[in-house]
Amino acid sequence: MDPVVHFRAAVCLLGRFPALAGIDLDVGAGEIVLLRGPNGAGKTTLLRAAAGLLAVVRGEAVVAGVDLTRDRRAVRRHVGLLGHDAGLYTELTVADNLRFWARAAGRPAAAGIAALDEAGVDARLHAVAVGRLSAGQRRRASLAALLVRRPAVWLLDEPHAGLDAAGRDVLDGILVDAARGGATILLASHELERATGLATRNVVVAGGQSVAVAGAARVA
Amino acid sequence: MSRDGGSMWRDALLMAGKDLRVERRSRVTLNQVAPFALLVLMLFAFALDPDRDVLARAAAGLFWVAVLLSSLLAVQRSAGLETADGLPDALRLSGLDPAGIFLGKALAVAAQLILLELLLGAGVVVLYGVDIHGVATLAATGLAATAGLAAAGTLYGVLAGGLRVRETLLPLLLLPVVAPVLIAATRASEAALTGVQLDVSPGDWLSLLAVFAVIYIAFGVAAYGSLLEEL
Repeated sequence: MDPVVHFRAAVCLLGRFPALAGIDLDVGAGEIVLLRGPNGAGKTTLLRAAAGLLAVVRGEAVVAGVDLTRDRRAVRRHVGLLGHDAGLYTELTVADNLRFWARAAGRPAAAGIAALDEAGVDARLHAVAVGRLSAGQRRRASLAALLVRRPAVWLLDEPHAGLDAAGRDVLDGILVDAARGGATILLASHELERATGLATRNVVVAGGQSVAVAGAARVA
Repeated sequence: MSRDGGSMWRDALLMAGKDLRVERRSRVTLNQVAPFALLVLMLFAFALDPDRDVLARAAAGLFWVAVLLSSLLAVQRSAGLETADGLPDALRLSGLDPAGIFLGKALAVAAQLILLELLLGAGVVVLYGVDIHGVATLAATGLAATAGLAAAGTLYGVLAGGLRVRETLLPLLLLPVVAPVLIAATRASEAALTGVQLDVSPGDWLSLLAVFAVIYIAFGVAAYGSLLEEL
């Protein structure tokens, strides 16, 4: 079976700097792959390239059957990205945000509210403006916005950051369920103990390349 | 995901509804832009003529200058909504049609500008002592000029949004571009506000406004996706 995420000798530039300098990576459906490595190794760049947000200028890059070197915008409907920023309108309420993003994804507005419940956002916070939420609650709301998209490929950059213990458990449960449902998940994290326990495979990224592949940490 | 591109107009209405909901909650247009617009009208009145003669003759131009200055604030605000806290990436990944995003944001700006124009129109009548002679001409001028201002403003808003110092750059970029709107809208409104017949009929100026609006709407629909990539 073809991998859902396939990078071969892929090069991605930030200005003139090769943030990805010939990376190789194959990830199949149902896998949770942990991207490890020091700051500046290229993990975030790899996630953004896989989301079609950065151009792959050389090499092979195919995500969800879309050749990123030809039309990287076409992959965006298949992926969901949980980045460092919330990606929510701070002046709208949590519920209004999720209704908007649900409808933007072509789903009914009620699906946004259901996603909030799934992400463990307290119902009393639904009517609160996102700008007034704590970092952890905002993270949960961002997770709900990702959930409502039902992407085939999940791209997560430090997803546990800002979450309390209960929030981390909720997130891990959602990721394991999504992978069981066939989603492909790439997550970059410095919280190695938790993330290693979650991942089915570890990939070390350094200098814009995948330099080592560790064995399975968790059996899917 | 169940969506494969979606309808441009559905996305436009979704985006416009979102922007207007933000305005309903924040009331920036109501509490800041509208008072600013009225203040501009009052400052013109203080500066030009307490006896109202000059004001009545120049009412059309002063009205549209006030609209133009207010539209800068509305456009700045509209563009700023999409540049914060990871929203550019969220929008790019959303699956929303970029043309729909452009049209929706322009629609929301236009709705706010129309309310401002109604308020400023009342202000011109009260403060400048103007009698209105052609409501239909004024309404047509308002709609055509608003469409052009909203379309050009939304386009230049996202263009400036991808640059540093966008707050100061946007007026520099936008004001020269919308100068034709100021000229044409002023000329088209003059007869309706002063009752004096002009050499060029208001219809000709209205046509110019309509052409301007169509050009910028078409350009925005075509180019907004590429500009969104630069945010």
